[in-house]
Amino acid sequence: MADMQEKIAKLFPEATFEAGDTLLVNIPDSRWHELAKTLRDDDELAFDYLVTIVGMDWADSLGCIYYLNSTKHGTHISVKVSTTDRIQPMLHSISDLWAIAVIYEREVYDFFGIVFINNPDMRRLFLSIDWKGYPLRKDYDASPEVNPVSTENERQSDFTNTWVEGPDGKIEKKEVRVFEKDDFVVNIGPQHPATHGVLRFRTAVDGEEIKKIDVYMGYIHRGIEKICEQLTYPQTLHFMDRLDYFSAHPYHHGLCMTIEQAAGIEISRRAQVIRVLMDELSRIASHCLFIGTFCMDLGATTMLFYTLRVREQILDIMEKTCGARMTFNYECIGGVMQDLHPDFVKDVKALLEVLPANIKEYNKIFTGNVITRGRMENVGVLSREDAISWSITGPSGRASGWACDIRKTDPYSIYSELDFEEVTRTEGDSMARFKVRMDEMVQSARIIEQLIDNIPEGEYCVKVPKVLKLPVGHWFRMVEGCRGAFGIYIESDGTTSPYRLKIVPPCLPAAAVVDHLTRGNKIADLITIGGSMDYIVPDIDR
Amino acid sequence: MEVTTKSMPYEAWKDNEYIEKLVNELRENGTNVVVGNLDKLINWGRSNSIWPLTFATSCCGIEFVSLGAARFDMARFGWEVARASPRQADFIMVAGTIVHRMAPVLRRLYDQLAEPKYVIACGACAVSGGPFRKSYHVVMGCDKIIPVDVYLPGCPPRPEAMIYSIMQLSRKIKVERFFGGVNRKQKQEEFLKEHPIPGVED
Repeated sequence: MADMQEKIAKLFPEATFEAGDTLLVNIPDSRWHELAKTLRDDDELAFDYLVTIVGMDWADSLGCIYYLNSTKHGTHISVKVSTTDRIQPMLHSISDLWAIAVIYEREVYDFFGIVFINNPDMRRLFLSIDWKGYPLRKDYDASPEVNPVSTENERQSDFTNTWVEGPDGKIEKKEVRVFEKDDFVVNIGPQHPATHGVLRFRTAVDGEEIKKIDVYMGYIHRGIEKICEQLTYPQTLHFMDRLDYFSAHPYHHGLCMTIEQAAGIEISRRAQVIRVLMDELSRIASHCLFIGTFCMDLGATTMLFYTLRVREQILDIMEKTCGARMTFNYECIGGVMQDLHPDFVKDVKALLEVLPANIKEYNKIFTGNVITRGRMENVGVLSREDAISWSITGPSGRASGWACDIRKTDPYSIYSELDFEEVTRTEGDSMARFKVRMDEMVQSARIIEQLIDNIPEGEYCVKVPKVLKLPVGHWFRMVEGCRGAFGIYIESDGTTSPYRLKIVPPCLPAAAVVDHLTRGNKIADLITIGGSMDYIVPDIDR
Repeated sequence: MEVTTKSMPYEAWKDNEYIEKLVNELRENGTNVVVGNLDKLINWGRSNSIWPLTFATSCCGIEFVSLGAARFDMARFGWEVARASPRQADFIMVAGTIVHRMAPVLRRLYDQLAEPKYVIACGACAVSGGPFRKSYHVVMGCDKIIPVDVYLPGCPPRPEAMIYSIMQLSRKIKVERFFGGVNRKQKQEEFLKEHPIPGVED
């Protein structure tokens, strides 16, 4: 960390540094783009993976915190850029360096009204074009009269805005067409069974071929980040169930870990083991449902019934212990809500017994099928470089050969003691993404096998203060959800509720990359590619 | 009159007062023997073959998938298959949160359903906004934009609860007047007068 700091300080004398869980670099906006380029291209730094852009409103200034990882060195860094202008805040874009930055910057623009100079597409992302105000600003007027519910179709524009900086430093606003003038645009969604929720693609087609896709999100944007700012820390937990509802356990785990780290709470070994068991069980259940729905998208409806059989068995185990089939709200600050059900060990062993036969059956029915192979192999190939540039983590990223499993790269909880393999493939096509998930189920079962006979005795939840206050500061933690790297950023001002709680969903990049992957493919492949990315729309929209 | 469906004993139902009130309202002026019996026959058929629209926005939708799969299997009740097109469906199960951006879309889907059409507000979000009451972008209950026939609480409701809610709907259909019946239609017309379809006169 010291080397990194020295190197940056030498190149950018105006940068200041703050130590923390990751090194934080303060840089004026005028030098930011240059620093970003150095961070990415320098061989010793090589920060090629943009984890997230956290938009912030510090009352006196607006700005962003960029989190960057190096896939080569496994190092982390964060950079803070801010502006004091609240009327027309502007920062420089890094969309030319990381492909995913276009969408991340649009999100910040949508929530905070910060314009990114040179970003080619500065439209709102989640909210409609006529929405008044920027909701995550602290002075936002949330009264329903300002933005009433409308049953009239929202206004659409064929144009997008971009702010371009000329060579003389003058900034000019330009209007650019989203599609070309005589493009034939087909609308897919938001009500479409194969979009896995309410996502909308405006698709420009040339005959059967896709020319460009314009993704519309926000059909299930509930503003969870803003709601969390008004709630106490334990209250914020239950929203984690409602983001990616298949990864409810890992997401809870992530937020609990972040809060526990900030508050300095040590949890018992028993609680840790229970949490990991639940994470892996939900991973199997999640991948089961993925296989089912994905195959259903491709026309193999029967697969859904086969895979849901295992899922229902897991849900029964969860129900006995957590008391619900979904939205468990099981992990809590300090451990878990209640102890394991007496039948837990027996039930999980029964599951482990039937699982291999089931996976074999799935492979027999579907994986080797000639139609399946024809529709999935070499469809939607994502290279490793693109996967990193687009921040595609999780099974989809690993299918492109990027070893991005947080359980291996930054082991948390007890994952470092466990023996399991990180499944990676090199093909990067839809078939690879499908197979990675299939193999991950086997690995998850392996983890459960190691733990199920060794659940240590002890308390399942340590005592935590009734009124929980975090010290002033900020924290960022990541966990491996079922669909990729899930991050939580908390900024605390010392009160009982977070000043800012930013959720980093793995599904947002997965939906954003669909445009890149489908170009030049047939329109029927859109369903295959979208299905294989396995995005969950409430996770994208939050 | 005891209204029941799927051989469930009448006493096992909740909300019997509601359905009795509905029956009394309908039968206030008496029923024609021929028309009444024809009504019965047609409603028996209709109430046992209501097909849902594939419509899900979030968590409730996954329970709806479970409902369609082998364990809960709604097909055995005659609710058969979820249709992807609103023109082939009988009712919308509003499964999930409805937000500002989705509101016009849901309204449009409702308008596209063929008559007679029904709505079940499934889950806390669709009933009242649920856990997102404080949100700036959530519609506090889908009855703000479309008329609702059955409210189903839960977050998300279990598939068994969903079965119960559709059974309640089929009970409601059973007591309806198909020939010359105006009660339900009137309600819908009143609702639409208060919430007019944009761009459509009359």
